[in-house]
This record gives sequence, C-alpha cells and structure tokens, in this order.
Amino acid sequence: SMSSEQNELTQTPLLKIWVPWVHSTLSRRRGSSVPQFTNSPTVIVMVGLPARGKTYISKKLARYLNWIGVNTAVFNLGQYRREAVQTYKNYEFFRPDNEEAMKIRRNCASNALTDIGAYFTKEQGQVAVFDATNTTRERRGLILSFAKEKGYKVFFVESVCDDPDIIEQNIMQVKLSSPDYENCDKEEALEDFLKRIECYKMTYVPLDEEKDRHLSYIKIFNVGSRYLVNRVQDHIQSRIVYYLMNIHVTPRSIYLSRHGESDLNLLGRIGGDSGLSTRGQMYASALAAFVQSQSIRDLKVWTSHMKRTIQTAEALGVPYEQWKALNEIDAGMCEEMTYEEIQDHHPEEFALRDQDKYRYRYPKGESYEDMVHRLEPVIMELERQENVLVICHQAVMRCLLAYFLDKSADELPYLRCPLHTVLKLTPVAYGCKVESIFLNVQAVNTHREKPPNVDINRKTEDALQTVPEHV
Amino acid sequence: KDMPMETSPRELTQNPLRKIWMPYKNGLPEKHISQRKVCMTNCPTLIVMVGLPARGKTYISKKLTRYLNWIGVPTKEFNVGQYRRECLKIYKNFEFFRPDNEEGLKIRRQCALSALNDVRQYLCMEGGQVAVFDATNTTRERRDTITRFAEQNGFKVFFVESVCEDPDVIAENIVQVKLGSPDYIDCNTEEAVADFMKRIKCYENSYQPLDEGLDRELSYIKIMDVGRRYLVNRVLDHIQSRIVYYLMNIHITPRSIYLCRHGESDLNVRGRIGGDSGLTSRGKEYAKSLGHFIQEQNIKDLKVWTSQMKRTIQTAEALAVPYEQWKALNEIDAGVCEEMMYEEIQEHFPLEFALRDQDKYRYRYPKGESYEDLVQRLEPVIMELERQENVLVICHQAVMRCLLAYFLDKSAEELPYLKCPLHTVLKLTPVAYGCKVESIFLNVEAVNTHRDKPENVDISRPTEEALLTVPAHQ
Repeated sequence: SMSSEQNELTQTPLLKIWVPWVHSTLSRRRGSSVPQFTNSPTVIVMVGLPARGKTYISKKLARYLNWIGVNTAVFNLGQYRREAVQTYKNYEFFRPDNEEAMKIRRNCASNALTDIGAYFTKEQGQVAVFDATNTTRERRGLILSFAKEKGYKVFFVESVCDDPDIIEQNIMQVKLSSPDYENCDKEEALEDFLKRIECYKMTYVPLDEEKDRHLSYIKIFNVGSRYLVNRVQDHIQSRIVYYLMNIHVTPRSIYLSRHGESDLNLLGRIGGDSGLSTRGQMYASALAAFVQSQSIRDLKVWTSHMKRTIQTAEALGVPYEQWKALNEIDAGMCEEMTYEEIQDHHPEEFALRDQDKYRYRYPKGESYEDMVHRLEPVIMELERQENVLVICHQAVMRCLLAYFLDKSADELPYLRCPLHTVLKLTPVAYGCKVESIFLNVQAVNTHREKPPNVDINRKTEDALQTVPEHV
Repeated sequence: KDMPMETSPRELTQNPLRKIWMPYKNGLPEKHISQRKVCMTNCPTLIVMVGLPARGKTYISKKLTRYLNWIGVPTKEFNVGQYRRECLKIYKNFEFFRPDNEEGLKIRRQCALSALNDVRQYLCMEGGQVAVFDATNTTRERRDTITRFAEQNGFKVFFVESVCEDPDVIAENIVQVKLGSPDYIDCNTEEAVADFMKRIKCYENSYQPLDEGLDRELSYIKIMDVGRRYLVNRVLDHIQSRIVYYLMNIHITPRSIYLCRHGESDLNVRGRIGGDSGLTSRGKEYAKSLGHFIQEQNIKDLKVWTSQMKRTIQTAEALAVPYEQWKALNEIDAGVCEEMMYEEIQEHFPLEFALRDQDKYRYRYPKGESYEDLVQRLEPVIMELERQENVLVICHQAVMRCLLAYFLDKSAEELPYLKCPLHTVLKLTPVAYGCKVESIFLNVEAVNTHRDKPENVDISRPTEEALLTVPAHQ
C-alpha cells in the first residue's frame, strides 16, 4: 500500500543521517544507512591440510571484514580441541583409526557450530570463519546441513599447497610456538607435525570441480599464484574473493607517519591545508635521513593531496604518489577551529563527538566511520604492495593502524599517532610487529583524550579538560 | 646509489585548476611527480581475448574498455573481425574460415598483424595504457606470436578466455549480436544462424584452450559458463587485479537501471548549488509521481538507492519501499562555493568560475571536488550496480552525469555537460553491446539547472559573458 503522506525528515545528531521523523515507536525505518553486504549470515569454511595457511587467512580475513564494518569472528577448531584435551601428547591423536580421538574431535566441531549459531543470533555476528581442516566430504556435508537448516550462506576457502619449502616455512613460523609444542625442541616438533599432516592426507578429499560444482568457493593454489572461483553468490563473497586475491606473504614493511608539524598544528587548530612549521621541515629532513638509513628495497612513498604531507615527501627526494583518499578527516563546519572555539560555538557537537568519536560526523564533514570506507582502496593497494611509506594525517593514520593492529571501532579514534614519529609495521606470524621511531625533532602534541564528562550539559572546563597545549 | 638529499623541501604551488600541490622553481611548476592515477602499472598492458566465436569476447572487450576509460585508464579495443571486413569487403560464407583455406588464412593472419601494429601505435605513441585485442586467438601458435610481440615492445600480457558449452547461451548470443553483423546483412535469420554454426565448427578442431599445466607461466583469467566459475592465474599488478575483480562482478541477466535526481529542491529554485535543502512542493509531487511510476513498471525485486542528502531521501520516502543510503552518491562538494548562485561565484571567484568552464571535468572547487574526484568515489557504486539487477538510483545532477557517462560510454569532455534534468527518469537497459536509454519525464514542472558551456571561457571575460548560460531562477 502506498502512503500518500510525506514524512518529515530529521537529521540524527550523531551520524548526521536523515531519517523520517516518527512519533510512533512502532514505525520501522525504511532507509538503511549501512551498506547491505548480504541478507543472511555467512559461514566461511576453511579447507586444507595442516600448515596451508588456513589460520593465517582466517585471522587476516576477519581483521579486514571487521575493519570495514562486517562483524566477523574466527572459530578455530584447534582451540576447542586444546580445551577438551588439556595436554597434547603427539601426532597419534590425529590418526584416522583413533576412535576415542575422533569422538572428541567430532564433539569439538559440533560445539564450534553451536557457538557459530549463537554468534549470529545473539551477538549480531554477520560472518563466522570456521577455521579447521574440513578435509573430508563428510565433514563439509555436516556443515552444509547445519547452515541450510539455519538459513546461513556457506563459502569455502580451500588452500592447496604442494611446495615443501612453503610448508616448512609455515611450520617454523607458527606451529613450533603453538601450545601443542611448548615442551619440545624444534626437531621433535617438526617431525611430529609432519606426521600429523600425513594423518590428514590419507582422508583428504579436495573440493572437486565436478562433484562440488554447486558450492560457492575459492581454491587458492600455492599461496596465490592461481585461484579457482566458483559460484560467488553475493556482495560480501565478491569482496572476500577480491581481498584474498590481493594479499600476499612476501616479507616487507609498511611505514606510517604523519606530515611534519604544521602551522595550524602549532595554533591548536584542526584540519585546514597549511604548510610545515620550521620544526616540521626539520622533521622532513630527518625522515629523509631515516629512510636512507633503512636501506629499503623499492620503497614506494604515498602522500595525501594536502600541502603538509607533500612538503614532507618533497624532502625525501624520491618519487611519490598523491592519494586524495589519504586526506585528513573533513571537519566540515569546524575546519580550522581550535577545540576551544568548537566548544564555544558548537558545544553540543563537541559533546556528541566525545560520546561516540568513531561514528560522530562533523556537520557537513565526515566521521571516522566514513574515513574507513574511503581508505579501503588504500588498504587494498597496501596489501598488494611491498615496502611502502605512507605520509598522512592523525585521523587517517589511526584508521590505517587500526586495520593492521586489529583495533576496535572504540579504540581506533584514540590510538596514539604523535607527530614526528614513524611506525614501522612488519607482518610476523599471525599479526604485525610495531616499532615506534621518534625522529628526535620536537613537535606539539595533538592528541586529545576522551574527557570523563561527555554530557551535553557539561561545563566548559570539563569539556576542555583534555585539550593539548597550543599557542 | 646516491639519493639526492634536499636540505630544505622545494617550494610548493597549488595548480589552479585541479588544486594539486606541486613543486615549482623560478615561478614555474616543476615536472611533477605522480598524482595518483588508478592505473599504476609501469608499462602498457595488452589484454588478449581467447575463445570460440559467440563466447562473448566482443561483449567483454567493449564493456571492459568502457569501464577502464571511465576510471581514467586510456583503453582501446582492436577487433580483428573489423580488420577482416575492411580487407575482404564482402563476406560470402563460412568457407572463408575453413582451416584448409590457404587464401583465407593468409588474409586473417595479415589482419591480425595489422591490428597488432595499430596496438603498438596506440600504446607507444598515442598515450594508450591498455589495448584489448579482440579475436579468437584459439591456437597456442597465435598466442605465442602475440606474446613475442608484446615482449619485444615491453607490454604486459593478460589473457581473458571465455569458455562456454551451453547451447542456449550460444544461440542467444548469436541472435543478439551476430545476426545484426555486417557479415549477415543480406541473410535471413535461418541462413545466418546455420552459417555461423558452421563458422564455429571451423575453429573447434584447432582450439587449444589455455592449459593449467602448459600455460602456468601466463597471466590470465578463464571465465567459464558466463561467470559461474573462474580460473585466475598469476595476476601481476594493480590493473590486472582490478580487471579480474570487474570481470568477476559483471553478469548478463536482463535487468534495468533507473537513474533520476531528487525532486526539485528549495535551493534549486533559488539557483543555488550544493547544500542540503528539502523538496519544494513540486519536488514532493514528483516524488509521488515517481512512486506511481515505479508501481506501474512492476519491477521485479527493485532495489532503491539514495545519497545521504535530505532531498534524495525525501524523494525515496514517498516510494514507501526500503532503500539504502550511500554517502558515495552525495552531490559533488562545491567547497567554498557551496550554496552560492552562479552570479555570486562570478562575483567572488571570477577566476575559479572561468577555470571551471575551461575544463569542467578536471576542475576542483576550492576545498571541494572535481568530476574526476566524483568518478573515483562512484566506482564502488558502479561495481555494485554491475552486481545487482533492477535498481533505482535517486541521486544528483553531477553524480547522475558520471553514472550516465559510464553506461553510455561518454568521454571526460562530454560528461559534465550531459543533460540530466529534474523530474525525468532515465531507464537504461543493456542490449547487444550497449545500452538502450528511455527518457521518461514525469509531468511535474521543475526549474532548469543545466548550465551550458559559455562561448567565452577566458579568465578576463566580462561578467555578462560568464553568466550568459546561467539558467533562470528566482
């Protein structure tokens, strides 16, 4: 039925989203302001022998999906098994003729699926990654039935690798330090793990082009040199495939830094497009010296379109690429204001921002949430690249850092990214090593902590309590 | 290797048109280091289509070319069939393609080489970045020739193979695009189909598909059964990755895309640009009419998208169906000129106003955006439109121009002047190699917001000449 009444619209104060002004609480909002990636929960099912990178992919994929706003959790069957069987003796647990162990392992799988169901129904989960070998058709059939019954979509990610060097490298990097091998020496652990793999090999049935032609999956061969993609069903699966096809495991480092101290920084003003202060220029030179000293192979340098990052890059004397997507958060009506002025002219806005800094959108400006969306192509390209130095801005750097260090939306806007400090990120095992290098040129502090009082009726002193000093 | 170390950074100046900061020396801009262009590949790319006739190679070539040009990668397709038609003038029948037809083989080989020559010209001398070589390329021998050619010229090669055995799809293909080919101008449908089937047969015996083993060093995507399955091998760089992602998102299921603007807004009638105003009463009437129109069209599973600006949302609300708000669909940000009339822009920023007329596509408003920026931010919208089926997009003038330019393959020069009047729905339906457009005015009057390029775009032009083409307003 068509409503002839034209609803009045009102703009939500935090997100600045236009919604119908409804007097009745029963009325449902028609306009979704959140991208509709998929209409039902999705279970991503990892498939592959041990040491094929399943957990690496699971964790990385979950980190990416959470960062772009899709609630994702990893359910690692190995962890369930460790909880059920407190002490790991040796590979014999995984022998296909070990009835006792088989029972335990089946129970674990069942528990994990139950937890996945709970994650979807009670915790607003959207994607669950079931990280296990799932190497038999029988086990995969179990998962498919479970998903079908509940109305979940299933997408398989199979990792196939026959390169013994990669497998050994894998085992050295992540298996030897596993709780399973706490009390073993390297040789013992390696030998045992290889026997473990053999146990699975006997019953391994890879996804079959013919028999599994109705399933949705991606098969990754030899760490990405080849992919087979079958029946991508929806947007989120398409994004997952694109992401998996862009990541690599070649060792490299990503350097994140802000521009050198700017004139507006000194005045305690946000945003704008000012140039570097004298100390900022000194930082640029120091950065150049630092980059040289690191002897980085084929370093790419990226900046934003704003003067201060470009001035900083200019000092390096090397080619650089300008990305508009790396521009600082647009503070809209508050551009070039001090926090004191914002409190003076827009006290309610100032309070709302403290209440939910991630989602808060400046009037006629952006939110951190908006920035994550605009930075997604940057992240995708960073995944493709090897050694990169990104010269950007405080809010931008917080978003990028949150991606690499798996920080939540609540932590993200308060991550510390001080001026004149380079963060060197190096992927290691399942995460990222961070080295913080202060380049010894003093700069003003621009980090404002969340004040204790975030009430819109708070006093001015309370609002300005955590504003850093400035000229 | 010694890196030159600057003791103090070069002075920067902001290019007045694009508002890009660049270094300058002695008052002149220095040769500028790269501004992020999407293509970032260090050498030209040759995309080589592979597949039997009627497998969608030309469809894919044209679509891919259109997409790449829209995102700013100069791309051109080279269809060997066209070269053959120019050489041969008259097509008699399938016998030309018989593998034992020496004369025919010679001509076909010459045509391929001629096309490759033009490819070299385009990529080396005309500033092209991607060339799409559209031919069957079904033998390993032919592909080796092309690979050698590419190596000699420093081009990267990416193969796109389309494999399909579904007779219905092939038949549909033939009906849609082959029957209308110049080859079959004087034939009736039956004759044409019969001849074309024999033509396919001529290729079948010598067809060597890309092989997982033998061709494992090549970079390629194998598209199977119109996108049900893909095999992707050795993607080398950013552009190949983007191409793969695009090819994996397109489909051929029939559907229509409806584009329209929000209903007339308060700022529209006052001749002011940008802002976030609500609908006028005529705008609200339009929204109602749009609702009726949508109902009448009886569209299956229609998705409705709006921007996050009040006027598009108000319009969608009148449809009484669920809709999705996309920030990416917001109108172009006019920066310091937001909510101004053209008369005011001319008064306060005459230089800016002239620069915009000089190059409306690349011109960026101070603290705002350019059409070029818009295209970049709309790319995910286009990608999702490709994935979807029936969609109604309620957006804004500049945004609609960008989207329309993508579907109708309009150049960067034409794009900012495409006519997208208020209260008019454009229904786009993919057909053959392009897009059918139906323009439906919903019979509610509205102000005109289209400003044509004036004759005088000089920065020192008098005010009257600058304002010559400003549409009437309150």
